Amino acid sequence: MKKDKMTNLIPDEQTLKRDEFEKNYWKDNFKKLGKDWRLYLLLLPLVFVFVCWKYMPMYELLVAFKSGMKEGVAVIRVNEQDFVGFQWFKQMMFGSKANEFWRAFRNTFAISFYGLLFGFPIPIIIALFFNEIKSDIYRSVLQVLTYLPKFVSTVVMTSLVALLLKVGSDVSSCGVVSTALVKLGLLSQEAANAGVMYAPQYFRSVYIISGIWEGCGYGSIVYFAAIIGISPTSYEAAQMDGANKMAQIRHVVLPGILSTITIMLILRIGDLLTVGYEKILLLYKPQTWETADVVSTFAARIGGLETGGSALPGLASAAEMLSAVIAMLLVIGSNMISKRVSNTSLY
Amino acid sequence: MKRIEISELIFKIFAYLFLTVFALFCLYPFVYAVSASISGMDALRTGKVILWPVDVQFDAFMYVLQQKTFWTCYANTLFVTFYGTIWALVVSIAGAYALSKKRLMFRRGFNFLLSFTMWFAAGLIPTWLNYKATQGIFQGMGIMDDKWLIVIAMGTNAFNVILLRNAFEGVPSEIEEASIVDGASEFQILTKVYVPMSKSAIATVGLFFGISRWNGYFWARKMIGNSAEWPLQVYIRDTLEQFNTTETQAFENFATDSVIYSMIICAIIPILIIYPYIQKYFAKGVNLGGVKE
Repeated sequence: MKKDKMTNLIPDEQTLKRDEFEKNYWKDNFKKLGKDWRLYLLLLPLVFVFVCWKYMPMYELLVAFKSGMKEGVAVIRVNEQDFVGFQWFKQMMFGSKANEFWRAFRNTFAISFYGLLFGFPIPIIIALFFNEIKSDIYRSVLQVLTYLPKFVSTVVMTSLVALLLKVGSDVSSCGVVSTALVKLGLLSQEAANAGVMYAPQYFRSVYIISGIWEGCGYGSIVYFAAIIGISPTSYEAAQMDGANKMAQIRHVVLPGILSTITIMLILRIGDLLTVGYEKILLLYKPQTWETADVVSTFAARIGGLETGGSALPGLASAAEMLSAVIAMLLVIGSNMISKRVSNTSLY
Repeated sequence: MKRIEISELIFKIFAYLFLTVFALFCLYPFVYAVSASISGMDALRTGKVILWPVDVQFDAFMYVLQQKTFWTCYANTLFVTFYGTIWALVVSIAGAYALSKKRLMFRRGFNFLLSFTMWFAAGLIPTWLNYKATQGIFQGMGIMDDKWLIVIAMGTNAFNVILLRNAFEGVPSEIEEASIVDGASEFQILTKVYVPMSKSAIATVGLFFGISRWNGYFWARKMIGNSAEWPLQVYIRDTLEQFNTTETQAFENFATDSVIYSMIICAIIPILIIYPYIQKYFAKGVNLGGVKE
């Protein structure tokens, strides 16, 4: 007992060394900081941009817990506003805006789910088919044509959609795509005349098909590169074993691009709740809100950013906070699952 | 042996067929837009224009080109694209260079803060409220309702910075050590060694920025009230809305739709011109950006 106390009182060599190391650790780091100050100078603009345009808005999310007022007077700064707890969340989920919010919530999932269902496999199929085309010139022509829509702006794309599906008084005066669909029997004459863009039942199809037009060719780049990366010896080995084309695709190509597919799937699942607001805001009409309104467009309207709603920034922020948190959980969750199942992970 | 060949042949034919049809599906709206913009009014209104132009006229194009606002907005878009790309590139290159250095203190922390913005985004309304709250700063800088606001506000994003950082990390450290021995400063190492050695990544990211500035719409519309400072996309959308609400028979020999189609063509032409040159970079860049960390 006594001995123990003694040893504790008198600092031994090791403790002294540690103390000295700790002192030097900070000194060294300060020295490093001084020596590398140019690096920090280079980093500064990036930090500034991210703080201003990414992190300060996150702070602004606190509006979801604030009244927007201070003692009855509207103020713009979040930190001065009165705290109201979960009042906006309650109003959003059970109150006067509940119907509209849950509709937007359902639509978000529906639109992204259908987008995933139809939009996800097509780039993979396109990449597989590109691999079949041995003529370099013809393949480049096809690639140039299919990537092209990706570079067209949302405004141009939505304007084209609106014009091609235009309202008309008879079959020939409708937009050219409406007319074609009527002639193919895929669309009724009345629906074409009333305007496809004004019918809630067609909105999702329009959204997803225009999305396929825009992104599927470009989306195939990633998979095509992965297919090219597969060693030719794998094909030769498969051929030796008597594998035909289908068997080669199943046992050589698909396993070869599985990790790419997994990563793209994680990315897409993480994006399930972030349906592009710009495209929907440009495409939808009050008549199609029923199927078209998603959380971000709902928030834009309720928050007073778009016309057609009262300005309730608190409620809008509550909606966006909820969807952002769910989106983050989706990314982390899908990443964890894929790590366990296939050892492929994004982060 | 023969059966294998037949299945392969069928698959091949199907691949050719599917891709050709898909490529035509991608191309058709553009071809139709050109035809519709130069077709006569009656032909367009009675649905005679399906693929090729009918009753060719160029008055709709002339009408668009005579609008003074059109040229102002076109110039604004060029301005925003040029300076916006430079600003975003400078910020991202400098930052990515610093983040690629192992000796940077709190490197992991900075990288985490960078990636975090990819998982969690504040959303529209908070961004808008933040802009409203900080508006005073821009007023002080004298760029309220100005195209410079778009240049500065539409900064960079995490994905592009990570792409550049990965490219910089790929530069062998021996080259940096050699330049230090030769007496190069930090700034010289970046501009004379790292930037030339990561040309293809920088070109890719620059093109991403360029395209997104050229196509940018939403925030430009929200932040800029003065129509003389609008970029082209806002002008096109505004014209479309105007024609939709009025629906008047305003022109003699061409339909109002032809005007919109002409504007669309004008907005796409610059992209079409540079597209053949940039296409290979895009294909490369997508693969460069394997997101690590």
